[in-house]
Order: sequence, then C-alpha cells, then structure tokens
Amino acid sequence: MNATAILAATGAVAAIAAVLGGVLGWVATRLRSDPDALVERIDALLPQTQCAQCRYPGCRPYAEAIAKGEADIDRCPPGGETTVHALAALLDREPRPVDPQYGITRAPRVALIDEDRCIGCALCLPACPVDAIVGAPRLMHTVIAAHCTGCDLCLAPCPVDCISMVAPADGQPGRAAA
Amino acid sequence: MDAALAQPPHVIAGFTVPRVMFQVLGALLPVLAVQIHLFGLRPLLLVAVAAIVALACEALALHLRQRSVRPSLRDGSVLVTAALLALAVPPTLPLWQLALGATVAVLLAKHAYGGLGQNPFNPAMVGYAVLLVSFPLEMTRWPAPGGAWDAMTGATALDTLRTGLRQSYTMQEIQAGPAFGHIGATGGEWINLAALAGGLYLLARRIVRWHIPLAMLAGIAVPAALFHVFDPGAHASASFHLAAGATMLGAFFIATDPVSAATSDRGRLVYGAGIGLLTWIIRAWGAFPDGVAFAVLIMNLAVPLIDRYTVPRIYGHSG
Amino acid sequence: MKLRGLRLDSHKSRPLERPIRVVPPPATLVLALDQGSGEDALPVVRPGDSVRTGSVVAAASGAAAALHSPVSGTVREIAVRPTPRGASRCIVIENDGRDDPVAPAAPVDWRAMEGTALIEHVAAAGTAGLGGAAFPSATKLALARAADAELLLLNGAECEPWICCDAALMRERAADVVLGAQVMLAASGAQRCLIAIEDDKPEAIAAIQSAARAATDERIEVRVLPAVFPLGAEGPLVAAVTGREVPHDGWPPQVGVVCQNVGTAAAVARLVQDGRPVTTRIVTVTGSGVKQPANVEACIGTPVGELVAACGGYTAEGARRIAGGSLTGRSLAGDDVPVTKGVNCILLATDADLPARAAEMPCIRCGDCATVCPAGLLPQQLHVAARSDDSAALARFGLSACIECGCCDYVCPSAIPLTVRFRAARERQHLADLERRRAREAKARYERHQRRLAEQAEAEREAFDDARRRARGPDSGGR
Repeated sequence: MNATAILAATGAVAAIAAVLGGVLGWVATRLRSDPDALVERIDALLPQTQCAQCRYPGCRPYAEAIAKGEADIDRCPPGGETTVHALAALLDREPRPVDPQYGITRAPRVALIDEDRCIGCALCLPACPVDAIVGAPRLMHTVIAAHCTGCDLCLAPCPVDCISMVAPADGQPGRAAA
Repeated sequence: MDAALAQPPHVIAGFTVPRVMFQVLGALLPVLAVQIHLFGLRPLLLVAVAAIVALACEALALHLRQRSVRPSLRDGSVLVTAALLALAVPPTLPLWQLALGATVAVLLAKHAYGGLGQNPFNPAMVGYAVLLVSFPLEMTRWPAPGGAWDAMTGATALDTLRTGLRQSYTMQEIQAGPAFGHIGATGGEWINLAALAGGLYLLARRIVRWHIPLAMLAGIAVPAALFHVFDPGAHASASFHLAAGATMLGAFFIATDPVSAATSDRGRLVYGAGIGLLTWIIRAWGAFPDGVAFAVLIMNLAVPLIDRYTVPRIYGHSG
Repeated sequence: MKLRGLRLDSHKSRPLERPIRVVPPPATLVLALDQGSGEDALPVVRPGDSVRTGSVVAAASGAAAALHSPVSGTVREIAVRPTPRGASRCIVIENDGRDDPVAPAAPVDWRAMEGTALIEHVAAAGTAGLGGAAFPSATKLALARAADAELLLLNGAECEPWICCDAALMRERAADVVLGAQVMLAASGAQRCLIAIEDDKPEAIAAIQSAARAATDERIEVRVLPAVFPLGAEGPLVAAVTGREVPHDGWPPQVGVVCQNVGTAAAVARLVQDGRPVTTRIVTVTGSGVKQPANVEACIGTPVGELVAACGGYTAEGARRIAGGSLTGRSLAGDDVPVTKGVNCILLATDADLPARAAEMPCIRCGDCATVCPAGLLPQQLHVAARSDDSAALARFGLSACIECGCCDYVCPSAIPLTVRFRAARERQHLADLERRRAREAKARYERHQRRLAEQAEAEREAFDDARRRARGPDSGGR
C-alpha cells in the first residue's frame, strides 16, 4: 500500500471524526438535560403526601436529592411499589422494594381531629405541609379531609393527642376501586 | 349465576378460533390436491408428518408450560402452521428435515414467545427459513411435474431465471427451458391457481380481509411490471411473478396470519405492500430464488412500527 | 363517515303482537334515587311523610332528574335496595290506593311560553332520557339553547335486539311523539326535527309519518336508518343522520344537534296535555322466560316481578333477568328490583335465547372487532393495553371513546370479554386520574405553604431588626 492511500484513508477518517464530533457536540449543547427539568419529572412521580418519611422535608426536596444522586429511589412508603417502578423507569435503574427503615406502605388514611378534646392551641396548623387544617388560636380546629394527604405530621405537635388517623370516608380520594 | 353471564354483552356470535382455523385448512385443500396431482401422494405424506410432529410439539410445549393441552390442541392453529410448512417445501424434502422444520416452527417460533397469539413471527415461515438456510439444496430442488419424483428433480423456474440472468442469457432464452409453463413455472402456476382459489374462498367467507392479499400482490406486480416494461430482457413479467413460487400461498395464507401481521386496515395495506415489494426485490436481486418467507419475516419485524403509525382516527377525535 | 356495527336478529315481533297494557300500581313502590344516570337525586321526604300522586319526593341534582311519587300514600323508609344498576338509595312508598293527586290535571299553554320557561317546566316534571341513560332532558334542552343547536334529533332507532318499547309507543301514540317534538322544538330553539327510525320498523315509520302530516308541521320529518346496532347510541346516531361527529370531550349541541328519545318526547307531550310529571314509562317484557311477551306501561318503582306477572308469569324454563337488551343490558339481582326511568326492557332470557359463551381463548389479532367498532377503535390493541394497565397506550388507542356497546365482544372469535375489561380499565384509569389530580393539588398547597413560611420568617426577621435598631436608639452608632 502506498503512502498516498494511507494518507487519504487517514484524512477521510479524520474528516468523518471531525464532522461527527462537531455534530455530537452541537447536539449535546442543544439537548443538554436541564437539571431542573429532571427534578420536575421526578417530583411528578412522587405522591405529594409531603410526609417527610424519606427524611427530606417534602417531596420536592426528595426529588432534588434523587436528581443529585444523594438519595436512592426506595425511600417513599406512601408511593410504594408503583412509585419505585415509575422512578426506576424514568431513571433507568433497577426497581427495588421500599426500604422499611423509612416506613411501610399502607392504605391511605386521613387525619381526624376529636373536636371535643381539641384545645385550639394552633400548633398543628404550621405542621401541616398542605394547609389541610383550618382553625385559629383558642378555636376548635378541623381537618379538610379532601386536602389531607395522611402524612401524620400533625400528630406529634398536638399536646393533647386529639388527632387520629382514620380510613377515608367513601367518596373521598384514595378509596378502593368501586 | 355464572359470573361471566352477569356482564354485558349477554350474547356473542359464536364464530370461534377453531372454526377460523378449520376454514383455513379447508381452503388449503385445492393446493394439496394440485400437488398430489403433480407429484403423486408424497405431498400428502409430508402434510401428515408435519401435522403429527407439530401436534406432538404443541402437546409437549403446553405440558411443559403447564397449560391445559386438549383445548389448545383442538383450536387447529398448529395444524395450519404444519400444513403451510408442508405445502411450501418441495415434496422431495427428506421427512426428517421437514420434522425439524415443524419442530422449530412450533417450539421456537410459537411457544417460546408464549403460544397462540403471542408469536411475533409467522411460525411456518420461521420453520421454512431455518430449513432453507440449513438445507439449501434439498429446499430448492422441485420435482418435474408428472414424472417419478425421485428421478427428475431440478431447479425451479425462479431459480433457473436467476441463474440464467446472472449468466447473461435473455428472458426469452431462459423461458424456453422446461421449468417454465404458460405464465409461471410449469407446475407452480397450477399450485398458485389453486392457492388463489382457496384464497378467494377465504375472502368470500370473510376469514381473511382483502387488504393484505391485494397489497402484497400489488407490491409484487407493480415493480415487476415497471421493470419489465423498461428492460424486458432482464426482468420477468408481472404475470410470471404472480404465478411463480409461493406468491399466492403467501398472499392469502401466510401474510394473512393475523397474529404476526399489522392489525389496522391501513397498517395491513402497508404490511402487505412491504411483503410484496420485498418478495420481488429478493427474487430480482437476492441470493435466494423465492423471497416470500424472508419478506414475511422482515415485515413481521416491522409490525410494531407499522401498528404505531397506523392507528385509525377515533370517532370524535380530530386528526 | 363509515357506519360500523352489527346486523342482528331483532327478536322484536312477539311483544308487538299485543297492544301496550297498563300494569296497575303495586302496593309498595321502590323509587331508586339513581334513575339510571349514575347519580342520585336528593330526597326531600322523610319516612312517615304522606305523599300524593305527583308529589316531588327527590329533587334534581347534577345528572339526576327530579323524582315524583306515582301514587298517593306514605313514605315507609329510605334505604339502599338492589336497582337495575346494582344498588342505590331508594324511597319506599306504601300505596294507599286512593290515587289522590297533588294538583288537578291542567294543560300547559306551551305555545305562549318562552323557551326557558318551558325548559323549567320540563325539569320540574322530572323528565329524563327514557331511552336508557335517564339524563335530565331539561339540561340537554338548555345546552342546545345555549349553543343555538339547529336540529332536534328524536331517537326512535331502537337498535338493540329484544327492546321494542319505542316501536310500540310510536305505533300507538305517534301523535304524542309529534306533539312532544313540537314542544321540544319550542324549548330548545331548534329549527327542525328529524325522527330517526330504523328500517325494520315500517309500522312505526308509517304511524309517525301520518301523525306528522296530521300536525301539519313541516319542521318535523322522519329519517329512516338501516337497522344496525348500535346506531341508536347518541354518537353513532348523530354521525349517521348528520355526518357530523360529536367531539370526544363535548356534547351534541356543539355540532348543532340535541338528541332526545321518542319516549321522552311522548312524556313531554303528556306533561303539556295534563300537567302531570313523569311517573310511568313503557317497558318491553320479553324473552322465552315469560308467557306473554308484551309492552307494558308501568309506574316507576314497580318491582320487575309485577311486570312479569302482568305478562302471564314465568314459563317453566329458568330465565335470567336482564334490564335492557342482549348487548348492553344489565343482569338483575331478583324479582324485587324496581323499574326506573332508564329501564326500557326486561329480558327474561333462557339459555336458548342467549347461549352461553365459549371459553375464552388468546387474542389472535384478527381485527374483526375493529371492523365493527362504531367508535373506530382498535379493540385488539386496547385489549393488550388494558391487560398491562398501560395508561399511555390506553389513551393513545382511545379508551375514552369506547361506548361499551359490546360489538367487539360479539364478533370476537376468541370469546374475550372485551367490554368488561375496558370498563374495568376505565375505572382504574379514572381512579389513577383522581390520584394524580390530588397529588397535583397537594403539591400546589405544599408550595404555597412553603412560600408562606418563608415570607413569615422574612417578616419576623425584619421586625426583629427594626426593633433592635429602635432599642439601640439614634446614638448607638457611636459605640
């Protein structure tokens, strides 16, 4: 083989490499995945109970942690298997059971305030991540069942333990298939 | 009360899968009859052997998969696979090779994917393709019609055509040879006519719908006619292509296998046309004399794509 | 527009051999609050209340029309009872047999009334779609009025096998249908009325045509349709008559059409003739399980058993009870299930009438289902999507456009219960949608909550800084 042929072949390969490299580079800048977009997509798969069982202060912070690679996808007991599978599909990871250290998956529940025992301390109002409790200091409080995500976060602040978790009434979201 | 009866609709037509399958088998009888007329009783032996092997494989597979054996054996689908394979191969094929093909068709192409309704590829054509690449000589030698089959095997018309064109003979010189009949191959044209008759019966009984056969025949005939007009010396006519090889059997019995075909009307037109075009391309330029089996398998591969882009417009949805 | 569907044996001739017979009101009536539309009317009586014939016992609400007592008597209880749609709360009324009306019969001077006032009258009378859906007729008329619909389409197609109550009505009370059409034209503001009837009912066609001639109203015409199931369903009917398609997320008035059943028209006619609300309807009682198949006029709330008794009782063969026809009817729990406004037929079917299904086999993708689907769907693809509960595929293949007519089931050579599967998939999708919406709302509230906490913290910090500056005083800077 003569030198011209070798040069020509090398030149051709180099040219192809240059062109393809340029295209790839351009595509990479054009189609760069937006980290915020990823967080949005992860957040959209989370159940939005805002229960903080994942040890993050809400679904959005957990989504950010997953996007950064700080947390695994097995920390969401309310979402259960469904959420893990959806996250696994989105992030191309292996689905795995929810880690029981973060809690167990159970039927949806809503908070119910025993209105006879409520002293109107208002401590549960800021604790509720979705503003599902209405009330004011020294007035009896009540839970808007349709807004309650069943996160349990109002139980701890209540000084008289007048809040309990109950099965949602018929017609409320979360009921079993008819 | 039976739970199934409690739900509407409370009545169904009762035209069942087994009845579909046995109608298809009935429509294959003319093809078998012509083969027997041309080649003696050996085609019947082939069908019998293929049927027995296929039924045994079906029973074995169902048993291994822990499914109930009897209802599935009775549905007749495995007999259609066996009959198509047996009628597509040359009658001179050694029986053990045919048995191998039937085994591959039922075990690998059908049950490995989950049985009836699940196979992405046409089982009979998988069996045929495996035989063709494994035993190219036996699979391409057809007996001369009417003679003692074991003495006078020879190349088929399609094969002669291709070899001849490679050696720069013209169409007229090639078609003067003994393998050619009035329009297609000597015996092949009668087999194709018989398959056409059976196919028209299936169309009339609405077992198959017109989309796939028409599209496939058009897919062969249109390019064949165009090339024949521009270069008659190097390309066979459309009528030759329609009457040669497995054209009619493919158009009405093989490509119309609903399990492995596209499923919407438009999709079936695309699918059929694709099979026809590929068949013609493989015949004209490919390495194998007939292209129906490979064309069907290639278009089987394209079915998910076709199905995705040919969803019909839904009532009340624009565009 | 391609009309897809089934040509079926109609099984309608036997009940039509006899005239409509009137079933006397029973001793106890069970008025289901869910009259067939899936929503409950709001009861306005209590146990122990006495009611008179025509008293309102439940008020209209959403997709439920108002409900009136067909008899005078006493409310015994309000309790959940089996109904044609499964179970619903029902008002149980003891009939005192006096038939004491709440108001004397008085014709309504409808020609002098405004459209909206007429619609109020129709609503107050509890008029609901007597074709089977039991959707409040007044709501449809009001929608038509708001959308300036030009065509009133009276549905006398009655495409489903076995059902012939509309055929009987059109034969015997054609004048009522035409009068009802005139009233509804006035109420809806539509310019013309087509009465759609399938070509297997020549007597009904002739009767309506002569009644329209007698009324000398050129706006009313009969449109003969081929006898294809499910042409009588609203979407296919609009397409067959006008060539227009109702948007999948919309109403017929959006394409200038308002559909009403011919039975509803006759009920409106009776309303303007004597001012009485809807308390009876015509029901086909048929099948080999009943001795004398017939069309009967019965009070809403009459138990099915009384209807069968009025038709000579059961034959010796055991029969299944179905409310509706053989394709879309619902199985009934027993003889005590009451007639509602949505019950057009009681089919007492023996095994000879409706042979048992073959065992289910795998789908072979033959596509026969797609050739008959009136919505233009690919049931074979939906079947796969429903099996894996794949929301995206179910949406792409148009699950929401399924009208559950049962045509795909009927032709399926593998005897797959497609309609049941699709309904189940739809319910699961509906629940998943609710769950998604709930999550979206919870997220929005959470974000508001977080924002408010941040604003509060900010405000507190500023207040603290202010206070500190003030405490230090103006000369503190010199420290």
